[in-house]
Amino acid sequence: MSGWETVIGLEIHAQLATRSKIFSGSATAYGAPPNAQANLVDLGYPGVLPVLNAEAVRMAVKLGLAINARIAAQSVFARKNYFYPDLPKGYQISQYELPIVAGGALDIVLDDGQVKRIGITRAHLEEDAGKSLHEGLPGVTGIDLNRAGTPLVEIVSEPHLRSAKEAVAYMKKVHTLVRYLEICDGNMQEGSFRCDANVSVRRSGALKFGTRAEIKNLNSFRFVERAINYEVTRQIDILESGRQVVQETRLYDPDKGETRSMRSKEEANDYRYFPDPDLLPVLLDEAFIASVRATLPELPDQKAARFATDYSLSAYDAGVLTASRELADYYEEVVRELPQEPKLAANWVMGELAAALNKENLEVGSGKLAPARLAGLLRRICDQTISGKIAKEVFETMWSGGASADAVIDAQGLRQITDTAAIERVIDEVMARNPAQLAEYRAGKDKLFGFFVGQVMKATAGKANPAQLNELLKKKLGG
Amino acid sequence: MYDFALVFSLRHARREPPMALTREQIASIAALARLDLSSSEIPVYQDSLSRILDFVSALDRADTAGVAPMSHPLPGLSQRLRPDVVTEQDHHEQYQANAPQVAAGLYLVPKVIE
Amino acid sequence: MSDWHTSTLTQLAAGLRARKFSSVELVRAFLDRIDASQAALNAFISVTREQALADAAAADRALAAGAGGALTGVPIAHKDIFCTQGVRTTCGSRMLDNFVSPYDATVVAKLKGAGAIMLGKTNMDEFAMGSSSETSFYGPVRNPWNPQLVPGGSSGGSAAAVAARLVPAATATDTGGSIRQPAALCGITGLKPTYGRVSRYGMIAFASSLDQGGVLTASAADAALMLREMAGFDANDSTSVDTPVPDYVAALEQPLAGLKVGLLREFFDQGLDAHNEQRVREALKLYQQLGARLTEVSLPNLPLSVPVYYVVAPAECSSNLARFDGVRFGYRCENPRDLTDLYRRSRGEGFGAEVKRRIMTGTYVLSAGYYDAYYLKAQRVRQLINADFTRAFGSVDVLMGPTTPTPAFAIGAKTSDPITMYLNDIYTIGANLAGLPAVSIPCGFVQELPVGLQIVGPHFSEARVLNAAHAFQRASDWHTRVPQGYA
Repeated sequence: MSGWETVIGLEIHAQLATRSKIFSGSATAYGAPPNAQANLVDLGYPGVLPVLNAEAVRMAVKLGLAINARIAAQSVFARKNYFYPDLPKGYQISQYELPIVAGGALDIVLDDGQVKRIGITRAHLEEDAGKSLHEGLPGVTGIDLNRAGTPLVEIVSEPHLRSAKEAVAYMKKVHTLVRYLEICDGNMQEGSFRCDANVSVRRSGALKFGTRAEIKNLNSFRFVERAINYEVTRQIDILESGRQVVQETRLYDPDKGETRSMRSKEEANDYRYFPDPDLLPVLLDEAFIASVRATLPELPDQKAARFATDYSLSAYDAGVLTASRELADYYEEVVRELPQEPKLAANWVMGELAAALNKENLEVGSGKLAPARLAGLLRRICDQTISGKIAKEVFETMWSGGASADAVIDAQGLRQITDTAAIERVIDEVMARNPAQLAEYRAGKDKLFGFFVGQVMKATAGKANPAQLNELLKKKLGG
Repeated sequence: MYDFALVFSLRHARREPPMALTREQIASIAALARLDLSSSEIPVYQDSLSRILDFVSALDRADTAGVAPMSHPLPGLSQRLRPDVVTEQDHHEQYQANAPQVAAGLYLVPKVIE
Repeated sequence: MSDWHTSTLTQLAAGLRARKFSSVELVRAFLDRIDASQAALNAFISVTREQALADAAAADRALAAGAGGALTGVPIAHKDIFCTQGVRTTCGSRMLDNFVSPYDATVVAKLKGAGAIMLGKTNMDEFAMGSSSETSFYGPVRNPWNPQLVPGGSSGGSAAAVAARLVPAATATDTGGSIRQPAALCGITGLKPTYGRVSRYGMIAFASSLDQGGVLTASAADAALMLREMAGFDANDSTSVDTPVPDYVAALEQPLAGLKVGLLREFFDQGLDAHNEQRVREALKLYQQLGARLTEVSLPNLPLSVPVYYVVAPAECSSNLARFDGVRFGYRCENPRDLTDLYRRSRGEGFGAEVKRRIMTGTYVLSAGYYDAYYLKAQRVRQLINADFTRAFGSVDVLMGPTTPTPAFAIGAKTSDPITMYLNDIYTIGANLAGLPAVSIPCGFVQELPVGLQIVGPHFSEARVLNAAHAFQRASDWHTRVPQGYA
């Protein structure tokens, strides 16, 4: 790949989490039976007209404020005209020349820890199309218009991304942000968050952009990364063999791991944009914008910076803990219960808790283990009731059973042994049972210290306090 | 300044428009608009569309420098925002009574290959 | 009993309230008139006899109980462009020949709420595109004054129905003159309200920034009554304006004296038939006698209104008619080979020639490379025209002039060259571009064919426009004339 530079721009479509559609009062809930949530306006019946959802506007403005963009005092809806069965009116109501949000940026952290600012050209409101179903219908395609009219915000990045990894980092940042703002649930399986990638390559140092291909409808971070990497290789191969890259729309096939040309949309579509005469210009005043600004939560970057400072965490750890608002809130609840040990809490939240959640495919908000209960467990590590190792076993039991740390410790008799005399007694027994190793150790085989540690731990079912054990063992073995 | 010449020319537009659309242009407009035209219809539309475009070319004479385009006849109005409330119920059976082809609640069209 | 058809809407509503006659007998009488005229005029596409009689019986019960609204029991007709629940709504097109609307247009619901009884859906130019009602899939409408002639369009069916007194009032729509021009050619009163005054929800869209729902009646007083019931803010229409609806009926009798009337120089051009002009000038003289003050005004950009219209209206309609694709409702071609074939043949076969012509024109003027030169340019000139009107209304209260350049013309006479047909709207289009209220009232005859006088006012001045029209009708009787055979 040397000598070549990749240029990527992402267009992210996020479904706004409104109760009703952007231009009609139909419900937006996922999973309804076909066409049960498509009313006359959604179906594009003769004579129907669109009326704009206030919450969709608020959500778009919220996004604009969170990315430090300009909120347009006047924005206009435009018709994007084309024929497709999932587009009932034969046009999509979108925004063209005057979008509601213009400019803005998001910072991403690269692998080497450097921060890169990715520019955002614009974000605009539009309506989603319906769905075409091809499976199980011989010779026909079935159209479900439940999704038609769901509000979308389309976020267009500047072509600032230079690798698939950067693209994924940016996409993840946007994903985190829209969930923080509670404007989108980010559920990629359900199609709430999708991305089109515009990919091109050029010789390193070249000033002009190369011809780009657009890869549509990528709905997972993994697919975005693979699709871009495949596409870059494909384009470089073409150019190195002296041919030209065709500007076209492509689809990623996850089974084959390749992108292919979209035959049906290949013909150049002249969308004939013009301002929608059924909708008036959206005029937003300072009071409106201020009222939305007042609802902004602490943003991910702000929260991460605060965590790093207040809880003495590394930038990396702060970043992981603030990847979602739920996780960050959970962590802060634990810290509130156990203010002296933010680092311990961070390790456990990022470690054991995250692993347990992942294993069962649960969200932090699932309520399986309340922050106070985790804090209760950590408290017992701090006060030396149990060792860190034992705590992991206790965690397992708490996770599946729902009991408190104390109840599990008592029920299973897991209290750490801190009584010096008791530990000494066990050490004496172990020494007596292993005379050969004792002799070898005293003769100079220092490695065997670990053997004795292990034996004492085994005899005490892991409950001997490690620090005390080390000290006492050193003394006794020393003779 | 009342433009008598302009009004006169509108009444007596030249019957042979200088700017004629080609068959290919008509065919491509029809394709974009998804209208099937027989080959005998094409020259008919060629003629009428060319006349219309010639007629509307009178607009070129107006001085519109610095004039904003007018999308709505009542200026200064702003789009009303409606509250985010679900007001609709499922009437799909009633609506689908009008549909040419429906199965299992889905509208059917000839298979689309993506 | 047989004189009901010469009664006004206002008189019929009052007579029903006074229990002088029943709605059932009234409705039956008008239904019989419709049936008797259908072969000669073809004014109706659907007649809803059973439902109308059932509704009339219900109206009679309400009236007997002392309940009821302003129009309870009064028969009307709706232009077949308004969606009517459970009733076929065709828009004059094969594309919607089989379409039964699942909902009522707001206008329909409001009139129903006021107690009016719908007798049927009237014939019209296909998708409201035309000035003669000749492009309907259901055959041309004929002018009751002379059945060889057109009634005007696109609301020709509603106009013919009212002119022949088949109903005392009929709803209609006006995008470039489609209420006023047929009113003029049929010798009746036609009102196009201010853009946004009447809801467009359920009114099948032709050109969204120009369309307005209005009414055809025998008099300005009747139009005032109908408008009062039809007008008002509708939450379902984003372009509907939220201002209170005045009582147009109460405003009718206010004195006219001192009304400042502007005569548009551009309206009295070489294209105006000399006899038409004569009738209009006589009408203006009557206005002077009634106390109006006439001055000449000039709207220099007005002659460009027809070219502006024939860019903007086709552009908007090309997009509005894209939903007619054979998928969810309406006409579908037989045995489509694939999706593209489904679209192309359903639309190619479902739409008539004029509709296709306008869709293609609109597609062209919006397309890449042409948008600036055509659409954007036209919208800028529209701004200039609007500014001309605003300036004129700074010095006059209303504008007056002819509604059409000629009286009714022969069926088939103007169908060869589209431009000749388009120029029929030369006096009416300006009011649509600027969204102004305008009315046409009969002001005389030329060779036994009616001539119309147009009155245009500033935004939301319907009360004054109707008042001026009513003053003329109090002092003259052109509006009481009924064509031979229908009197």
